[in-house]
Amino acid sequence: MLTGIDWIIMIVYFAFVLGIGVALKSYTKTSSDFFLAGRSIPAWVCGLAFISANLGAQEVIGMGASGAKYGISTSHFYWIGAIPAMVFVGVFMMPFYYGSRARSVPEYLRLRFDEKTRGFNAISFATMTVFSSGISMYAMAKLIQTLHVFDAPFQKMGLPLSWVFHAGILVAAAVVLAYIFLGGLSSAIYNEVVQFFLIVAGFLPLVWLGLRNVGGWTGLKARLDPSFTHSWIGMGSAHGNRLGVEWFGLAMGLGFVLSFGYWCTDFLVVQRAMAADSMSAARRTPLIAAFPKMFFPLLVILPGLIAIALPTQSSTTVAAVHGSAVVAPEGTGLIPAKVDPDTGAPVRDSEGHVQLDYDLAIPNMLLHYFPTGILGLGLTALLASFMSGMAGNVTAFNTVWTYDIYQSYINPKATDQHYLWMGRMATVFGIGLSIAAAYMASRFNNIMDMLQLVFAFVNAPLFATFLLGMFWKRTTGHGAFCGLLAGTTSAALHHGLTLPVGAASGIKGGWLATLHTYPSEMAQNFWTAIFAWSACFIVTILVSLATRPHDEGRLSGLVYSLTEKAQSRDLAWYQRPEILAVVALAIALLLNIIFW
Amino acid sequence: MRLDIRLPLGLLFLVFGFLLSGFGLVSDKGIYQRSLHVNINLWWGLVLVAFGIAMLALVQRSYRRLSRNESSAESHTKSTSAPE
Repeated sequence: MLTGIDWIIMIVYFAFVLGIGVALKSYTKTSSDFFLAGRSIPAWVCGLAFISANLGAQEVIGMGASGAKYGISTSHFYWIGAIPAMVFVGVFMMPFYYGSRARSVPEYLRLRFDEKTRGFNAISFATMTVFSSGISMYAMAKLIQTLHVFDAPFQKMGLPLSWVFHAGILVAAAVVLAYIFLGGLSSAIYNEVVQFFLIVAGFLPLVWLGLRNVGGWTGLKARLDPSFTHSWIGMGSAHGNRLGVEWFGLAMGLGFVLSFGYWCTDFLVVQRAMAADSMSAARRTPLIAAFPKMFFPLLVILPGLIAIALPTQSSTTVAAVHGSAVVAPEGTGLIPAKVDPDTGAPVRDSEGHVQLDYDLAIPNMLLHYFPTGILGLGLTALLASFMSGMAGNVTAFNTVWTYDIYQSYINPKATDQHYLWMGRMATVFGIGLSIAAAYMASRFNNIMDMLQLVFAFVNAPLFATFLLGMFWKRTTGHGAFCGLLAGTTSAALHHGLTLPVGAASGIKGGWLATLHTYPSEMAQNFWTAIFAWSACFIVTILVSLATRPHDEGRLSGLVYSLTEKAQSRDLAWYQRPEILAVVALAIALLLNIIFW
Repeated sequence: MRLDIRLPLGLLFLVFGFLLSGFGLVSDKGIYQRSLHVNINLWWGLVLVAFGIAMLALVQRSYRRLSRNESSAESHTKSTSAPE
């Protein structure tokens, strides 16, 4: 299937990635160079890295899968699930992150609150990044194994095909390790920018060919049930739309709690803005990111929709079972039925319907439309997105480990050179742990649903802590810490007491008892987040009022009412955060109306 | 920024563009059945070449601007040193 030209493209890309690492090595002399890119990156580069760091397995494969499963309403993950939060973090929160000179999000928590709040956040965050990077790696290895695109060289060398999986994990890990080890955050950011353009270059022709094939957006609409092509119609009740969520759960759970929890507090993305060369560049970072972000549904969700709309192809329903190929039952469009890898039998839901392997929507689109040549480019874009998703997690991990765990609790008085060395070591063992996580990750179905779950427990309460911490000076460290504990606990409790309809109790919820049944897993996730956030918000306020307030002098630069407002009047209009924010929100609103 | 990202980016896309469009010229027309009979390698390769050239032109322009600024601002050298 792949020919020489595809291999050349992939090898050229890998050589460039490593070359960037080598070129940046000579600039990486201090720990600040390694962990913060020397705070020297221009706004547009940070902005593209800001979205690329999030553009891993979850985004490309997961969003294509959701596009095929839920239709255009998947774009809620962008238009209300990202844009408002990105605007908010740029306009309102960045002055405190960047202005406080904190080197990480947990460090901001120490400056604003206390040691225990930072410790709680640093340890849970470090664990989560290792886990996410492992999932990214696992998803990539599984995908290249399923696609059989790399089988030929292994067969030629007489190696069993299961080695494709192991080789995928090891090669991705080695490349990411090499470029981060050499150039640290700068290297990760540069590669994220390259990867951003690569994704566009690989997917734009795919969407163009797909749309041309089905007769444009009108042709696509004619082929699909209307529930696929509207994002808001039917949101009145959970049973009227494909997501299985009602508008309130969507707006509050996704649009407010999950989205703000991720884009405003997750160090993985905030780190990209902290690397900016000035306060105004840091504030513009998420705002610049918002513009390409809102058009990404066209690149990643539309291929999923096209894949489900095409006539069913029997040739795509081939699955790997113990390294040999068997013909699986019919799928829908380009999407094959899901097959149990051990028995070769199709996976059925509780009502006996054959389940589809939605994660193959985008890969099968690439294989369907792309001849050799551009196929190499498309696969390279896919590999790049997996690697940068991993790299984003690894750079966030090595920073939090070194500054917030190692320097704070293990070895506080070492030299800067020692911390630089520790950062490189953290990169090595972070990737080692990710590999372990990758091998553990094989039990879960839709990657995105699971990431959302982990995310809801750890991140959902966090935004309440930041909101109160930044905008209410009375919030205390004890309040924040108790709030976070209460939030995470109530997320776990809520998950343990509810179940999505048709699911068995266990990983999907209901492991304590089943008090309530949600119409879908997504609805359950959104409501878990809403409960976590509310519990954290209320407990933080109550405990803060009952404990001694912080000294106001110490809070200057950390809290809204005690900080001088960032001035943007001497900037050109297109550089002013407020103007960029209004334009971004207006375009996002327009997109919602167009795809109503 | 110590290394202008547009330089490696432009070079990479230039190489990709030349590879794809070159392959598009010599490849067998039969393989384009799947891409709806569009020689996608040739056309998309040319788009990538154009993008690569645009990036390199931007790098060129910023170098020229930088050297002009440096020669005109020789007297107050401190202003160009990067903030921490």
